[in-house]
Amino acid sequence: MRGLLFAALVCLAGSSLIALAQENADCLGCHSDPTATGTRDGKTFSVHVSEKGFGKSVHAEVPCVGCHADLAGTDFPHAEDPAPVDCASCHGDEGAVEAKSLHGKAAARGDPLAPRCKTCHGTHEILTPKNPQSTVAPLNVPYLCGRCHQEGTAVTQQRTIHQSSILENYSESIHGEGLLRKGLIVAPNCASCHTPHSILPHTDPASSIARANIAETCTKCHAMIEMVHRKVIQGAMWEREAHVLPACVDCHQPHKIRKVYYTQGMADADCLRCHARADLRSSKDGRSLAVHREALAGSRHSKVACSQCHAGVSPSLVRPCETVKAVECAACHAEVGQQYVRSMHGKLQAANDPNAPTCAECHGTHQVKGRLDPTSPTFPANVPDLCARCHREGERAAVRYTGTQHQIIERYTESIHGKGLLQSGLTVTATCTSCHTAHGVLPKSDPGSSVNAKNLPDTCGRCHHGIEEEFRKSIHSASVSKAGKPLPICSDCHTAHTIQRTDASGFRLGVMTTCGKCHADVAESYFETYHGKVAKLGYTKTAKCYDCHGAHNILPVADPRSSLSRHNVVDTCRKCHAGANRRFAGYLTHATHHDPKKYPFLYWTFWGMTSLLVGTFVVGGIHTLLWLPRALQLRREHRRGKP
Amino acid sequence: MSATTEADAPVLVPVPVPVPAVETAPAAELEFQRFTRLHRVLHVVMIVSFLSLALTGLTLKFSYTGWAGVVSRFFGGFQSAGYVHRVGAVLMFGLFSAHLVDLVRLKRREKLSILKLLFGPDSMMFNKKDLQDFLGNLKWFLGKGPRPSYGRWTYWEKFDYFAVFWGIAVIGLTGLMLWFSEFFTLFLPGWFLNVATIIHSDEALLAVGFIFTVHFYNTHLRPEKFPMDIVVFTGRMPLEEFKSDKPAEYAALVKAGTLERYLVPPQPEIVVRAIRIFGWTALTVGFSIVVWIIYAMVFAYR
Repeated sequence: MRGLLFAALVCLAGSSLIALAQENADCLGCHSDPTATGTRDGKTFSVHVSEKGFGKSVHAEVPCVGCHADLAGTDFPHAEDPAPVDCASCHGDEGAVEAKSLHGKAAARGDPLAPRCKTCHGTHEILTPKNPQSTVAPLNVPYLCGRCHQEGTAVTQQRTIHQSSILENYSESIHGEGLLRKGLIVAPNCASCHTPHSILPHTDPASSIARANIAETCTKCHAMIEMVHRKVIQGAMWEREAHVLPACVDCHQPHKIRKVYYTQGMADADCLRCHARADLRSSKDGRSLAVHREALAGSRHSKVACSQCHAGVSPSLVRPCETVKAVECAACHAEVGQQYVRSMHGKLQAANDPNAPTCAECHGTHQVKGRLDPTSPTFPANVPDLCARCHREGERAAVRYTGTQHQIIERYTESIHGKGLLQSGLTVTATCTSCHTAHGVLPKSDPGSSVNAKNLPDTCGRCHHGIEEEFRKSIHSASVSKAGKPLPICSDCHTAHTIQRTDASGFRLGVMTTCGKCHADVAESYFETYHGKVAKLGYTKTAKCYDCHGAHNILPVADPRSSLSRHNVVDTCRKCHAGANRRFAGYLTHATHHDPKKYPFLYWTFWGMTSLLVGTFVVGGIHTLLWLPRALQLRREHRRGKP
Repeated sequence: MSATTEADAPVLVPVPVPVPAVETAPAAELEFQRFTRLHRVLHVVMIVSFLSLALTGLTLKFSYTGWAGVVSRFFGGFQSAGYVHRVGAVLMFGLFSAHLVDLVRLKRREKLSILKLLFGPDSMMFNKKDLQDFLGNLKWFLGKGPRPSYGRWTYWEKFDYFAVFWGIAVIGLTGLMLWFSEFFTLFLPGWFLNVATIIHSDEALLAVGFIFTVHFYNTHLRPEKFPMDIVVFTGRMPLEEFKSDKPAEYAALVKAGTLERYLVPPQPEIVVRAIRIFGWTALTVGFSIVVWIIYAMVFAYR
């Protein structure tokens, strides 16, 4: 601290003043010398008092001993460490308030960082706040407070203050802008909200920034603010029911206050003065601009002011909406807006594609409803129809699509998800957005897409969690199988949009060819055995791939946990063949007689039987053919003999 | 089965039980009794059983053809088709057993030795005359000799008989292994079932193919018999036809003076008509199966 000035007075050599009548001139006799110094705790410092500066100060008429009361009547040179000045001896109210404040309490407990009166107000040259030169003049307050409260100071680093970058935020806020850039000294500075002397934490009920008091604090300036907020609150309720209503800072963050969200001076009633008229039309394209208050009533935004979405109005104009900007939903829905920007829909919109869906395309405009409202287009049961507007075959999204998925709406409707949603009315069933996300829709080739091969098990697992857990442990999972071969994901077996019940015969019969897409050889040999042949006939009551191998928990036969491991295989057979035994399980379910190395018995049996067959037919055939001419001859004779 | 009626004739021996001629019938219309009632019944049962076995079995063998699904659905699905298949198998085992019992009873009734039963002149066993007939037939086919004088059973009839004998044994045994696989694997390794499947299936293909082509031709379709020979159903054939078909047997009977004992009146017209309908049905099914097999093996094979 650099303010400890009246520590000691040291008389210069040769001084012989008699300390009876202490005029300021007496004091200044020594202290006006710019080279005058004192010492305390071994440190030497200046004790100079500028006569000119003091003369201009608010205390110019006050005698020195008025403040330095302990020196009244003392002999010169006085003792080296006079008592600290007590401003409260005159400024009692401020002193009392200050003593209870954060600053005062810190000083009382001896905090070396605690500010005292002179820290802010100075000493001998204190000026009135109206004087622009004063450290506490409105324009200077932010700099004054900033001495301790800007980033990097000992106070911000060593004391717990929950706001950060206070000065920076303030200087960019509408308040800071008004004060610091536009020089409006009526614009609030730190002390306007925090008070000059009664600085208290917002948790203190007595604080000017306590939740209960903040409205009062703000309305000191924003006296008519209720006019603007009449959609939100009605008149005095703000003060009366401060505990239930939002406080100013809920919307307008402290230190960051901007006019981004609310345009001052515009209330819905002002807008509806014109827009309530049913015949109001755009002069540009003739579309209706009428807004029905009743229609807004059921909307999610029924409590949101017109000008909050239709930002950029100028209340001073006759037609304030002349300057209105396009509605930017992301101003409030920032996170969703970010997702949209990264999505295919957002990218198309950024490219000014006329087909790109905007927020309003899906959510509507004034009647926007939450997805829990059954009348909302984003209600789960309505989502397929919503997406179908563009993605149904022949519509604008479908015609530019070049991938492999077609008839997606029709197929989804027939799928287990579609039936669950649309026929059984299960709103928890997967809709388009459950898999593709609502706002982050991306093509599956994009690594960030929820339906990208890498992410699909996670996506399906959001509902089918147990299955995903099993799948993650199976040989088909990338975390288990490190062979580098292509691995199947959910949609490879279940398809994307045609997902069927797995107990439907179509799925059960199709799964063999599905597995066969990768396991061609074993699928082929499966169809050479009894199980496969019965399946081929179109019957499901026979062992299919997953009946023996397991479905999501599939593991190599060598794995002891596999359903086909030596330990488990007999039990697996017993699922259908109750009397199965160890030897029974030795039946070759994928045997082929075309492989002499792997199955020599079958190979040679087959060729033995084939030779027998061919041999018999050759002999029988030759015998028959040789016979034919004679038999014909006999028939002719027979006819002749019996006319 | 009325195995003890006078109509019963031994299969393997030369002396059938004589049948008294019906006196009112004119001698010219009398026919030669070639098969006993048991034989006729067994053949009908065999046809029914064989066709069901073939149809249901081939649905599995040629499951990759569209026709297999149609036939399988006709039988009410693979489970009920399998049921039909096993009923057919039981019938086949039954008639096989009936035939064996019949042979044993024949041996007892005629007090024949095993040797006589097996190697008598009218036995089903191949003998020297069959070799001679076969060579003679080849010569006749090539126009180098006269038509051999066939006896009661020609060598191709004997071949058919043993083909069935062998077929029932092989297909039957492997079929039982597949039917009672859980029992058989108590003492046989599991891959025996794979081997049994191949044998069962290919032997059946041989049987079906042979019966519906070679047997059909030898018996029904060769021009002098065309369109079919119904002797196995009526049990009797015109004497003239008998004379020309089995000259050796005819000569032997005339020589022994016992021919009259085998002359019986023909079957009533209505019976013959019913027999022809049954015959046509069996032939049609048989040929359809041949067409299906050719389609499956030549055109639809993967």
